[in-house]
Amino acid sequence: MHGIKKWFGTFQAVDDVTLEIRSNEFFTLLGPSGCGKTTLLRMIAGFELPTEGQVLLDGTDISRLLPNQRPVNTVFQNYALFPHLTVAENIGFGLKMLGKPKSEIDSVVKDMLKLVHLEGRGNNPVTQLSGGQQQRVALARALAPRPKVLLLDEPLSALDLKLRKSMQMELKRLQLETGITFVFVTHDQEEALTMSDRIAVMSTGTVRQVGSPWDIYDRPAERFVADFIGETNFLEADVVSVSGDRARVRLSSGAEISATYPDGVTPKGKVTIVVRPEHARLGPPGSGVLEGVLDDIVYLGTDNHFHVKVDGGGTFIVRQQNAKSGPCGFSEQERVSIAINDDVAQILRD
Amino acid sequence: MTLSAQDATEQRQKKHVRDRWLLSAPALILIIAASVGPLLIVVLYSFLAPGSYGDVKWEFSTEGWFNVLFTRDIFDDTVSLADAHFSIFWRSIKLAFATTVFCLIFGFPTAYFIATRAPHNRSLWLFLITIPFWTNMLIRTFAIQEVIRSEGIINTLLMKIGIISAPIQMMFTDFAIMLGMTYVFLPLMVLPLYASLEKLDFRLIEAGYDLYASRFGVLWRIIIPLVKPGIIAGSILVFVPALSSYVVPRVLGGGKNLMVGNLIELQFGQGRNWPLGAALSVTLVIIVLFAMLYYVRNASKSGGSAHG
Amino acid sequence: MAKTFSIKRQPGFATIAMFCFFLLYLPIATLVVYSFNSGSSIAIWEGFSLRWFQSAWNNQQVIEASVRSLQIAAVAAVIATACATLAAIATTRTAPYRGLTIKYSIINMPLLVPEIVTAVALLILFSRVKVWTGYSGLGYLIVAHAAFCIPFAYMPIRARLESMDLSLERAASDLYASSFQTFRYVTLPLLWPGILAGLMLAFVISLDDVVITEFVKSGGQDTLPTYMLGQLRRVVTPEMNAISTVFLVISLAIVTLFFFLSRTPQKDNE
Repeated sequence: MHGIKKWFGTFQAVDDVTLEIRSNEFFTLLGPSGCGKTTLLRMIAGFELPTEGQVLLDGTDISRLLPNQRPVNTVFQNYALFPHLTVAENIGFGLKMLGKPKSEIDSVVKDMLKLVHLEGRGNNPVTQLSGGQQQRVALARALAPRPKVLLLDEPLSALDLKLRKSMQMELKRLQLETGITFVFVTHDQEEALTMSDRIAVMSTGTVRQVGSPWDIYDRPAERFVADFIGETNFLEADVVSVSGDRARVRLSSGAEISATYPDGVTPKGKVTIVVRPEHARLGPPGSGVLEGVLDDIVYLGTDNHFHVKVDGGGTFIVRQQNAKSGPCGFSEQERVSIAINDDVAQILRD
Repeated sequence: MTLSAQDATEQRQKKHVRDRWLLSAPALILIIAASVGPLLIVVLYSFLAPGSYGDVKWEFSTEGWFNVLFTRDIFDDTVSLADAHFSIFWRSIKLAFATTVFCLIFGFPTAYFIATRAPHNRSLWLFLITIPFWTNMLIRTFAIQEVIRSEGIINTLLMKIGIISAPIQMMFTDFAIMLGMTYVFLPLMVLPLYASLEKLDFRLIEAGYDLYASRFGVLWRIIIPLVKPGIIAGSILVFVPALSSYVVPRVLGGGKNLMVGNLIELQFGQGRNWPLGAALSVTLVIIVLFAMLYYVRNASKSGGSAHG
Repeated sequence: MAKTFSIKRQPGFATIAMFCFFLLYLPIATLVVYSFNSGSSIAIWEGFSLRWFQSAWNNQQVIEASVRSLQIAAVAAVIATACATLAAIATTRTAPYRGLTIKYSIINMPLLVPEIVTAVALLILFSRVKVWTGYSGLGYLIVAHAAFCIPFAYMPIRARLESMDLSLERAASDLYASSFQTFRYVTLPLLWPGILAGLMLAFVISLDDVVITEFVKSGGQDTLPTYMLGQLRRVVTPEMNAISTVFLVISLAIVTLFFFLSRTPQKDNE
């Protein structure tokens, strides 16, 4: 995709997005609702036309083609299964429209039913299937014509939590087995992190960062990305020195730690760094880089969250696993020190 | 593909709208040709002179409209108010109004009754109301006629029991027309009333009783104000067709108790005064339009929830 | 023990409602019962017989009028439904565009104009056209009926369309269906119950019409309702009851079918 822009009247839904999606990858568009991710998907499918820019598929411009002329299929958010057709007829619909012979359609449908574990359900009406089964039919239907790209528009949002988890694994398996490029839209960061090869985080019509789940989570390039995904501590710091891909920064307490920084940025002066709560440790006063008073302990079962009022202002959250049963060893209003692991802090771009 | 992006979007948009006009064209043409368009001809005809054997002479004349209001004496050309027309219009309005009131008196409790049934029973009761509505109006009028005519079942029964010695003349009276119209148009009152009552929040009624209202107090001060849009909708839906009713007065009213519809027919039949008939038709349409306008105003004021 | 206080109850309402239902059905019931009377009175019961059905069957005029009624209703209903289907597709599930409201008003216009006025208007128009073209067949009646049946056919089709999810058509076009294929394989089959309901409604409405037919028909073109209207002036025998009963049964059958077809379609994806 090249310099895609989409205007709805005076509202710019998508602003100059350029993305390259590699073949055979599981690519996710992640962002809050209204960030333009669905519009982007609909432009790839052909339901919307870009106001500017092109959609290229293997180097050919497909941005002006009608949806039925594009080798791209969609799994709709509400599945959009044809209620008057059986499971098999639904799955075979695309091939039938392409004018494939009946024998070929039948054999593909059979393969597809097997692929999504719905053998023997071919003649059922789709209206009698459970939500998870409908989901599988929708997948099979979109995969049957072997599209070059499969688009998935928040397909898991209608399922309950347990089913959603198992469908996540299922989707990943299908992607690996078929080798088809998946473009997945979601606002659920966990979904994106578990399934994707690469993620594009979007906000207000622009792509903020593209990278592997690890990049996105551990090396957020800017405040929006860090904030949107997971919990984060933001700290003000001064850059002391830069060497290679690391920089030394001085915290408000005067302690120095090493931090990574995004590509294409030379950090200097005052910067904001982020530290994930699980990358810090609590200790007795004087043992870490930040000192403060333990304000609140939130027990979460597997973990504890420690809210620390840092000397000099601000709250820092430390997450520690409950490795053993019993009290955590700290009490509220106690003075503590926060240690930050090596190379876990990331300097933000802005 | 050398199309610019805007061009392509615009082209799709244009095609979308053009397709939609093409698709609706047959319906629009048919309705304009055989329903709406001819109305304009009626307006035109109301300004022409009557022909000697029906139809019109192609010359401009306001005689038709003049005749709606006045009559010219054949012998001495003196002009007087057209009492017959006034009285027929007046009777039509009175009868239509009375019909509306009766439909409301019977229809409101019925609609309320249906709306307070268990949800799965409601559609059956509603169905019972709509069946007569979809059966031929002429047949229903005929059925009423059979019941009330001198040799009909009511008179025969009453005479057998000995309450009366001679049949009561019910046919060919205003009462017969009103009865017939109430019978025929009742479903038109019940359906919109039901639509309003069904949406009624019964917690409000609980609140009413909680605040010491009597049964009647709740009905008068809570239920009726809340379903007022439905009452207005139902009343208009009954009043309009009742006012322009043709079949019922023809069958039950006999030759003397005319309503506007019959008066119009008369001008195109025996009267042979098409311009007058046309002018009367336009007058009727104007009255109906005003009633409709009143309805639409009210419906939009109350959030359009009246008709449903 | 005191009865529970029901907040929904209003004194006398149930009685009036029952009375209402009773009154609604009493005349119709009487009508039907006396069509089986063996005597020639419509008020004195003289025993069961089918003689009036037989006599109606042997009445050439009745049969001719019935056949004509059915012919007109069938053709007019098909035309009206076809037009209404296309119009419904053109006026639903679309972003508002210029002229959309005008279309709505035109389509609903026949419901607003008093029938007698439309009848008079058509009388004027068709009497001219008859002179110009020399044609005086059933075409006029069919056109007139089709026109006023369109809004009736339009209602259930539109309701059905609006309950249909646009993403189904999107899915079809995503799966390589051309716009015609989408219509043929997705829209039409899903819309079918609505179309049938519209067709039946139009058929019944056309079958029932008296006023417009009375004014538009040429000599010898009586439909069953106009024939009956003419007969009502005379002394009525149970033959009229018999005709009415058959008519009622036909209408009732169609309306019952309509009732089942037009029940809100189940939400398909939930």
